[in-house]
Amino acid sequence: MSEIDLETARKVAHLARIAVPQENLPALAQELSQILTFMEELNEVDVEGVEPMTSVTPMRLKRRQDGVTDGDMQAKILSNAPDAREGFFAVPKVVE
Amino acid sequence: MSDLNKLTIADARDRLRAGDVTSVALTEACLEAIDGAGKLNAFVHHTPDIALERAKAADSRIKTGDAPAMCGIPVGIKDLFCTEGVASQAASRILEGFRPEYESTVSAQLRDAGAVMLGKLNMDEFAMGSSNETSVYGNAINPWKVDARDLTPGGSSGGSAAAVAADLCLAATGTDTGGSIRQPAAFTGTVGIKPTYGRCSRWGIVAFASSLDQAGPMTKTVRDAAIMLQAMCGHDPKDSTSVELPVPDFEAMLTGDIRGTKIGIPREYRLDAMPAEIAALWDNGAEMLRDAGAEIVDISLPHTKYALPAYYVIAPAEASSNLARYDGVRYGHRATLGPGDGITQMYEKTRAEGFGMEVQRRVMIGTYVLSAGFYDAYYNRARKVRTLIKRDFENVFAQGIDAILTPATPSAAFGLGEMVDADPVEMYLNDVFTVTVNLAGLPGIALPAGLDAKGLPLGLQLIGRPWEEGALLNTAHVLEAASGFVSKPEKWW
Repeated sequence: MSEIDLETARKVAHLARIAVPQENLPALAQELSQILTFMEELNEVDVEGVEPMTSVTPMRLKRRQDGVTDGDMQAKILSNAPDAREGFFAVPKVVE
Repeated sequence: MSDLNKLTIADARDRLRAGDVTSVALTEACLEAIDGAGKLNAFVHHTPDIALERAKAADSRIKTGDAPAMCGIPVGIKDLFCTEGVASQAASRILEGFRPEYESTVSAQLRDAGAVMLGKLNMDEFAMGSSNETSVYGNAINPWKVDARDLTPGGSSGGSAAAVAADLCLAATGTDTGGSIRQPAAFTGTVGIKPTYGRCSRWGIVAFASSLDQAGPMTKTVRDAAIMLQAMCGHDPKDSTSVELPVPDFEAMLTGDIRGTKIGIPREYRLDAMPAEIAALWDNGAEMLRDAGAEIVDISLPHTKYALPAYYVIAPAEASSNLARYDGVRYGHRATLGPGDGITQMYEKTRAEGFGMEVQRRVMIGTYVLSAGFYDAYYNRARKVRTLIKRDFENVFAQGIDAILTPATPSAAFGLGEMVDADPVEMYLNDVFTVTVNLAGLPGIALPAGLDAKGLPLGLQLIGRPWEEGALLNTAHVLEAASGFVSKPEKWW
């Protein structure tokens, strides 16, 4: 069985940018371990020489001219922003 | 009460064209039914003004004699579809207040065909769930009831299934990543089809796992599924995975003749713990298809047991990437920040407040399996297993199998709250018969085929060859007629 320890759980939460309170880490670690154990059934399969699937339907993605097809909708783009100012998305200070 | 809300799409279409009924009358009947069904918590955003306006426009269009089949038909739209100016939240707190400035391609095609949107339907948060219990709106409730318990309508398209089963609308849109159309259809005695991956544009549908997600109709009959699917399908330059293939007239393909077709019965789907009722339903279904002239063939899909674990690597991996966009910057919820909080705290607090527990769990699992050092062991291995699962199907199709018959779910609808103490993996087992179809990109349809001893609907699933939804619908049509399922939930709400 795969064991996710508290430190790994904390690291994963941080990588996922989800704040998890300290007291919830043990339960999280246990749940993640359960799910990973389930996934480890895949280790029984012989995948030697098998290509990992990249596209479920055999298709080439279409290409188009690399050109502007749309635009001029600043107000629409900002209309749902939690904090928009002077035509920009506003966020807390990023650089000191 | 006019009962017009109980019509099928096909009947409503015929009566609209005959001038026997108006779209406004149909729409009013549905709106009245919705108003009386608050207990089911199926509709979570109501759009009666849009509905009546579109109904009036549909009535004028029908009078000109040039209206497509969906014109004037009142439908519900799953909350996962972005609808212009109308709340589209994917049942998540993180999209609270989000009103898209655009319309998803599928809902736009329905709108342009004249369909009438009644409102938005409940679902599991970001379509992650099999019981509609992860929704920010609270549980949707199954109109089927056999004792004091409230039952789940299934998930993730639980609101869609409940609304169609309770005749709150003539049909609804759903989406299916691992069974989210077919499992709720089975739990509510309705019909749901997930088309071949690439048939419907995913543009404007809130993404869960992009290589698995497909939209499809949830309806009262197979014929209705054919009619509505046709309106939803088609190439869309805005979704590079949507296929450039002509969309056939699915309804015209419902000939009722399946003589000479080969139906595969995969032995790996006969689970040890399968309830006798489900096994009997399955056997009966095979018998009915045989009576209709099909040849029943025992087949093997040897990698079936690895579908669920592969799915629960691939889907969360894609979700963790897709859901990275919910950062509190461009739309939706942003957490209130404390003094000194920087942008990382803003992301972390916003996502902790905005995502429910199941979504958080899947995003973190996805993050883990994609992280350095684990990518090969989990994600790449799962993608290789996916190749093998698809190959299983290709092999049986190459042997001449036209469609595959399986149960749709391992049980009938269960009680809301009954799985609360189960570990997450137990809930995932609901998808055991449906998830292979998404991994292989195939079309699959669930239809009601009988009742269990308590009186709850049970569904069968038919899986078709890629792009052959028409033939699949025809086989389902035959099975529907043979099983003669006509039961409806008794109104208690």
